[in-house]
Amino acid sequence: MKRTRLLALLAVLAMLVAACGGGDGESTTTADGGGESPTTTSDSTEPTEPPTGGEAGSGGELLLLQWQAVTHLNPYTGTGTKDIQGASLVIEPLVEYNSDGELVPSLVTEIPSIENGGISEDLTQITYNLLPDVTWSDGTPFTADDVVFTWEYCTGSEGCASAAWADVTTVEAVDDLTVTITFSAPKPWPFVPYAGAIEPVLQRAQFESCVGEAFVACEANLNPIGTGPYMVSEMRVDDTVLYEMNPSYRGIADGKPFFGTVQLKGGGTADDTARSVLSTGEAHYAWNLQVAPDILAQMEAEGNGVVDVGFNTSVEAIRLNQTNPDNPDNPSDYLEGANPNPFFFENADLARALSLAINRDEMAAVAYGAAGEPTCNVWPVEGPALSTTNDWCLTQDIEEANRILEEDLGYVDSDGDGIRELPDGTPLVWDFKTSTNQVRQDTQALVEVYWAEIGVQANMLNEDAGVFFDGASDLGIWKFFTDIQMYTNSAVGADAQGYLGDYRISQIPESSNDWGGGNIERCAREDFDATWTQLSETTLEDPARNELIIQLNDMVVEYCAIPLINRGSVSAFSNELEGYGAVNGWDTELWNIEEWRLSG
Amino acid sequence: MGRYIIRRTLFAIPTLIVISLIIFAILDLAPGDPTSQLPLNVPTEVRERIREALGLGDPFLVSWLKWLKLMFITEPINAFNAIFGTCIGDCTDPDRIISWSSRTPAFNIIIERIPQTLWVLGIAFIIGILIAIPVGVISAYKQYSAFDNVGTFVTMVGFSLPVFFTGLLSIIIFSVWLGWFPSFYSTTHVVDWTSWESIWFQIKQMIMPVAVLSLFNAAALSRFTRASMLDNLNQDYVRTARSKGLSENTVVTTHVMRNSMIPVVTLIALQVPGIFAGAIITEQIFRINGLGQLLIASLQSADIPMVQTLTFLFAFLIVVFNLVADVTYGVLDPRIRYD
Repeated sequence: MKRTRLLALLAVLAMLVAACGGGDGESTTTADGGGESPTTTSDSTEPTEPPTGGEAGSGGELLLLQWQAVTHLNPYTGTGTKDIQGASLVIEPLVEYNSDGELVPSLVTEIPSIENGGISEDLTQITYNLLPDVTWSDGTPFTADDVVFTWEYCTGSEGCASAAWADVTTVEAVDDLTVTITFSAPKPWPFVPYAGAIEPVLQRAQFESCVGEAFVACEANLNPIGTGPYMVSEMRVDDTVLYEMNPSYRGIADGKPFFGTVQLKGGGTADDTARSVLSTGEAHYAWNLQVAPDILAQMEAEGNGVVDVGFNTSVEAIRLNQTNPDNPDNPSDYLEGANPNPFFFENADLARALSLAINRDEMAAVAYGAAGEPTCNVWPVEGPALSTTNDWCLTQDIEEANRILEEDLGYVDSDGDGIRELPDGTPLVWDFKTSTNQVRQDTQALVEVYWAEIGVQANMLNEDAGVFFDGASDLGIWKFFTDIQMYTNSAVGADAQGYLGDYRISQIPESSNDWGGGNIERCAREDFDATWTQLSETTLEDPARNELIIQLNDMVVEYCAIPLINRGSVSAFSNELEGYGAVNGWDTELWNIEEWRLSG
Repeated sequence: MGRYIIRRTLFAIPTLIVISLIIFAILDLAPGDPTSQLPLNVPTEVRERIREALGLGDPFLVSWLKWLKLMFITEPINAFNAIFGTCIGDCTDPDRIISWSSRTPAFNIIIERIPQTLWVLGIAFIIGILIAIPVGVISAYKQYSAFDNVGTFVTMVGFSLPVFFTGLLSIIIFSVWLGWFPSFYSTTHVVDWTSWESIWFQIKQMIMPVAVLSLFNAAALSRFTRASMLDNLNQDYVRTARSKGLSENTVVTTHVMRNSMIPVVTLIALQVPGIFAGAIITEQIFRINGLGQLLIASLQSADIPMVQTLTFLFAFLIVVFNLVADVTYGVLDPRIRYD
């Protein structure tokens, strides 16, 4: 009988443990040691009256799926888009981007400009007029002091992951509803601080104790108090966030937000989340669907939802290592001085031939589907600043590519092995490295075939993304210890000047500046620097600005980079949902969540 | 027996310290950067500052010793304070092991996840045992009968088909085509034991992952039980028991099973740590977001403290349950005497 008793005891114990674990589903987050639970919003000033006005909060629960789960809710602590999106339901910036890439007011009355006096004539100051009568979700008023505090918070703490403050001298509260930001030099595009969901305003009262040493592990990072349509009711790290309507939200009188609660569930893969929206109809929205195009099309055909794409400045491009092989004082320390590649340095013809050989339409159809459009520019945004000089790249022309290599450059295949050589006999063989990712490997496979047709051999390599994007690693993109790299870069918001400024000579990463700098291609052009300086002195209203941006773009793609695909963000929306508009590739896709409602 | 247990426990402590050093060393040597998931337009100086703020700059031994102190001294004290409401040491702002990706104490996250891991994986484990043992016993007793052959076939299939296949298949059939069960697990659902709807919701979302996992668990265990039973059914004492006039039922359940269960119980005890390490693939497919998924996510985002804490916890559980298995073996089998 000993055996049965022992087994029975074990079974009972296991049951008890399982039952206790399950029953405490909500309260286990309070059972940890030290400090306030992240799930309780137990401020004494929390309002308890039900919302007033129309149908705000009457829509039930909105179920959003992100296969990359939210890990915390403070964009300033260093994060990915997944966390910024989760935070954007609660905390808001002063201005944000809409789906067309235009700035719209969020917590201000209007977008400042030189005309309305919001931007000073000398371009060093910008003044924001805040919306009156806005309160935080705990009932306290939202004032200019909170805006000033956000600047103090980020500049006063090590590890604040925001580069928006580098050239800000001061942020001053002129009065309770007016804030003035002063820059150290004229800044034609001043909409970097407080613009977009990555730069939200934080409440002084809550985050004051988080400045400095306490920055990294502050409890408030999981439960920020905000002015947005929702507030956090439960936060499970890397799993689910539950939100409920913010009773102090300024849109309640207009019946916004429609949904009373939101569940932002993470986990699984992109395919799983797409299935839950498009096949089973269990959820309303799925984000960042990096799914094979044919599978996604199949799911969409089931008729329960739609798939939509939002584009911005993200461009997947081939980056050609511009290290000068003949320069003994090579600042890039390419391969510790040994054997830099002799091919790409200022070689516009070679870059053109390589670009012509690529069939971008086929690449987009095979690897990206709806999520990618062929592009020939690093600044791909539709509008007057879009360059058209490079559109020849959209049509594959193997003959012309071969002709350029054969006749213009004199790279012939003298030994008949199918690979061309430089005049000195070096074969056109090089390494092409990117991150480990099915889409990228598919792209590499295509490029390998295209380039084989013009007598070039590219050795396709890949590194795990954690290593490839590691700033300290020898295998990372900044050190560029290889011949060609391929990855996606994008601008912050719609700031072309800041983005293209990364290609200045001063921005070349080298060991002397600790591999800091965005000019990873090592593009060293004096004319580029001169044109950029000109751009930085041209105001936004000046039409010459567009022309300068086009020139800068053309200089980069001449031989430093070969743009391939303009990548968009793919999301799925259930047919039950309406009011979300077009997918916003410029800011958080949940920027207008207060407008979302059930259809019918 | 008591001395044996004490000796083993004392020996476990240096074992665990060495395990932690090895884990630490491997992770320290591994490439990977917690800032690699940031958007590319975050400049290098900012990334460097973030790395410093996380403590990446410390030399290896310093960070290992810091972690050891947190793990062996500070965290248990915190847990004690939390459970018993006492205030030993610094209870207002204690030093915790901080996860890099979420910037919160690692143990908070682990405790948040234990419910779903235990609910789904614990119950799958128990159901696996409840299926495996009877199947194994009957298969052995009626060796080569129809039951045995079918049982062998089903367990072979259950063991050979990978969980990601059976899991995905069950989602396609039961969620997409039939629409009976949800395709993902909602960890925030609080079971209200007075409401049948609430209980039914929990059962509905658990059925598929539990079924998939228990099939897998049961397969191995039933084969083992069967083999163990077969060993014992041919022993002389069984013939003696039968000639004494005992009923077949008594012979099998009281005598043969009891002896066959000895190795099986020890095997079960050794498999318990596996519940916590989680069925990683199942958790991913059904989005159960338990400890297994946490480990994978931390590895991918190079969240070293979280990985260290989790792997150390699993090692700790394995050491503990090894001891439990040995002690159980000694308790069940009077022929085994320690010390």
